[in-house]
Amino acid sequence: MSVHGVKIGLEIHCQLTSLKTKLFCGCSSDYRGKNPNMVACPVCLGIPGALPVLNEKAVDCAVMAALALNCKVSERMFFFRKNYFYPDMPKNFQISQYDRAGGVPLAVDGYLYIQAGGKQKEIRISRVHLEEDPGKLVHLGAIDESPYTLVDYNRSGIALLEIVTEPDLNSPREARIFLQKLRSILEHLGVFDGSLEGAMRCDANISLAGGTRVEIKNISSFKEVERALSFEIMRQRDMLKKGLGVKRETRHWDETRRITITLRTKEEEQDYRYFPEPDLVPIVITEDFIKEIEAKMPELPEARIKRFVEAYGLPSYDAGVLVGSKALADFFEECVKLHNKPKEISNWMMSDLLRYLYENNLEIHESKITPKHLVEMIKLIEDGVISGKIGKRILPEMVLTGRHPSQIVKEKELIKIDSREKLEEIVKKVFAENPKAVEDALADEKAAHFLVGQLMKETKGKADPQLANQIIREKLEHIKTKKVPK
Amino acid sequence: MPKLCERTANEVAKKIRDKETTTEECVLSIFERVHKVESKVHAFVTLVEEEALEKAREIDNKVSNGKPLGKLAGIAIAIKDNMCTNGIRTTCSSRMLEKFVPPYDATVIEKIKREDGIIIGKTNMDEFAMGSTTETSHFGPTHNPWDLSAVPGGSSGGSAAAVAADETFLALGSDTGGSIRCPASYCSMVGLKPTYGLVSRYGLIAYANSLEQIGPIAKSVYDCALLLSVIAGYDPRDATSVKVRSKDYTFFLKDDVKDVKVGVPKEFFGEGTSENIGKSVWDAIYKLEELGASYSEVSLPSLEYALSAYYLVAMSEASSNLARYDGLRYGYRIKSDDADWSTVYSKDRRAGFGDEVRRRIILGTYALSAGYYNKYYLKALKIRTLIRRDFEKAFKNFDVLIGPTMPTPPFKIGEKIQDPLALYMCDVLTVPANLAGLPAISIPCGFADALPIGMQITAPPFREDLILKVGYAFERNTTYKDQKPPLK
Repeated sequence: MSVHGVKIGLEIHCQLTSLKTKLFCGCSSDYRGKNPNMVACPVCLGIPGALPVLNEKAVDCAVMAALALNCKVSERMFFFRKNYFYPDMPKNFQISQYDRAGGVPLAVDGYLYIQAGGKQKEIRISRVHLEEDPGKLVHLGAIDESPYTLVDYNRSGIALLEIVTEPDLNSPREARIFLQKLRSILEHLGVFDGSLEGAMRCDANISLAGGTRVEIKNISSFKEVERALSFEIMRQRDMLKKGLGVKRETRHWDETRRITITLRTKEEEQDYRYFPEPDLVPIVITEDFIKEIEAKMPELPEARIKRFVEAYGLPSYDAGVLVGSKALADFFEECVKLHNKPKEISNWMMSDLLRYLYENNLEIHESKITPKHLVEMIKLIEDGVISGKIGKRILPEMVLTGRHPSQIVKEKELIKIDSREKLEEIVKKVFAENPKAVEDALADEKAAHFLVGQLMKETKGKADPQLANQIIREKLEHIKTKKVPK
Repeated sequence: MPKLCERTANEVAKKIRDKETTTEECVLSIFERVHKVESKVHAFVTLVEEEALEKAREIDNKVSNGKPLGKLAGIAIAIKDNMCTNGIRTTCSSRMLEKFVPPYDATVIEKIKREDGIIIGKTNMDEFAMGSTTETSHFGPTHNPWDLSAVPGGSSGGSAAAVAADETFLALGSDTGGSIRCPASYCSMVGLKPTYGLVSRYGLIAYANSLEQIGPIAKSVYDCALLLSVIAGYDPRDATSVKVRSKDYTFFLKDDVKDVKVGVPKEFFGEGTSENIGKSVWDAIYKLEELGASYSEVSLPSLEYALSAYYLVAMSEASSNLARYDGLRYGYRIKSDDADWSTVYSKDRRAGFGDEVRRRIILGTYALSAGYYNKYYLKALKIRTLIRRDFEKAFKNFDVLIGPTMPTPPFKIGEKIQDPLALYMCDVLTVPANLAGLPAISIPCGFADALPIGMQITAPPFREDLILKVGYAFERNTTYKDQKPPLK
């Protein structure tokens, strides 16, 4: 959707999923799928008397991320308390960072380039900071209809990286592109795994020309970002058209109904009463420390794209698509390691695998196909065991079931028919059943395609296409010579 | 012959080691005393007699089997009720936590247990340590053993009164703005607030995190040094605890103040300080001079703003610390089925907190609000820096600073409770040490109309050894320590 005068700023919360423990206590960060409130201790439950102690590895990860986002890392930073009452926060304050009232966040003033509409565009990043994740409220159905709220504190205290952009994005699509790029960078740094449910969440500020800034909370994925923002643009445009104006407020994205609803108006905005967290000491970040982190920095997406182009000879568009997701790029390289035919592999991934995933709203990690299986399939084609067409046909099953390609081929009897004898018999049958088409083909060579198609249909695509073609042409030639007497 | 319970911790520990008595006898003697006087003093919120006796027998077994004994072997210790004790309810003397049983031990409790100390109960205090008289306790006031109609000081009033009444040998208190030194002074006990960061706060239920420390209350300077040696030291669970090597503070106790330079801050003897208190403290300074110390007056001009800065910082931090008491996970909860969460929170907090706690939460919330933060909180932090600098300057010329602990003698229960500002004024001489994070001790130094007077000795950071040494020398050459309250 492209509407004039749209300004979007994002506030992204990424869990530093590579950490083994929570941000301020020794609890395991592996809370997913655990029984409610079982991954918790006095610290992350806010039991009286318990004190937070900073997980120093979180600082390493956060500094690395900040550097990758071209930010200035602060020499000395503090934690602040953000005070407000809400049942998902056991202490009724969140240990976070702040950029005012004497506060210094971990890093400021960064930027990221995205490709939008064929052009490179700079998206400024105003700050990056560390904070603790609150617990999770569980509702029955929609938030405003649930008869009760359950609280699960397993997530409470997980390390979150908050990344805030300037309002430099001008469409929902750009927002999505930005988030994908961000995700790929964080994944390449090894600090974040976007395939985990709820690991990246997003709030968005959005305004239209002549309107007011509205904040949307509770957006849980890239797809939802685009949807929520598109809905909000429509809503705001309608309001403006009707001359009703847009209220400054915070809205909640309801994923199920795909609408935004008012959470609180400007009058109800919280005064968070930020002040320095007295239980934690300032963190000093030296130049040496930054150098150390820089030295540890793994290959970033841009360098990887370049390498894909140079080392594997991929078109830069293809390289960009593959590296757009670390999992995809890893998948590709894993394949290449097994079978050194990068272009072949890239083609299969770009045209068939990705299209199937996209059409079915899947991500590579949700698919069951392994690099080994994709390579096996390509080899089956190269060895002439199956046709390329069959390859295309069995790919969805490989994605859905994770079964070995030769197993599928065997079970469904999809092995290529390349016996001349057998094919000649089938051609005979096809000719007999389609006399009109044979007439046409005799008159115009190009019309022979129909007969090839019929043959493929008859063999369920198993016929060796080259051989089939050859037999059909021979047979047509044969008829021709018969018809014209010498 | 004095009864066992009337002895100091050091004397009792020696008797147990020398097998002149058993731990069980000591603990029995303590509880006999508790049962006799507790109805008058009301020093305790919770007593754990059975557990204490069981632990006593365990230690007696160790003694008879010749096993190594901890530093506190056999010594009864009372714990202020704001330190978490695993399995023993910890109330902060608040209705809000009336039924709260912590699932873990505070670091200081772990350390005491490791050294074979015997926890006998949890002592009364001002609700959430907010007060200077122990009158704001949800469970009713504690009475001063020297005069049952007088306040024992606070907020660690139960701890000081329990030691003074021979209901325990040692006690732990916590000091945010004088809460150890004030009751120590009012009950004629020795009470020490350590340097900020010396003792772990892990498990101390926070009132104002940046100001408070846990510290000992004892009958003698030696006992005080003994308990400090056990609880001091770096704790990885408290980010503000400092990496200093642990010491045996009893080692520094020498009857020698030769060449000790004493500074006497003029501001400690201002208008608000009673004449008889000023006189007793000056007499104590003359005594130290007699023993070889030198003194001269000094001025710390920023102290004028200490009280205001203290209350702003303390209340601001408190307003945030106490936010967690919403009745959802623990604490006081009113049955209100149909209400939304914010209504439930409001109801629970209104009913669960007492007046003084609510007052401080509201004032602290106000001080941190948008538009006031710079005017109040940040300004208080600046004053804090000025006070720290004034002390640093003074300690360039002096080893210790000496003045009164409290500006007035203990007053009657109920006398000031309706006048919060008058009560806040009580802390005027104790809060500077908290704002600057310095170690300070209160030592008995006289009586005014049979009510105790304490002198306060302050030293540079981590010089607990110095204040203990000066206190020890003074104690050795005076008799205040040997006087017992008239409590029968």
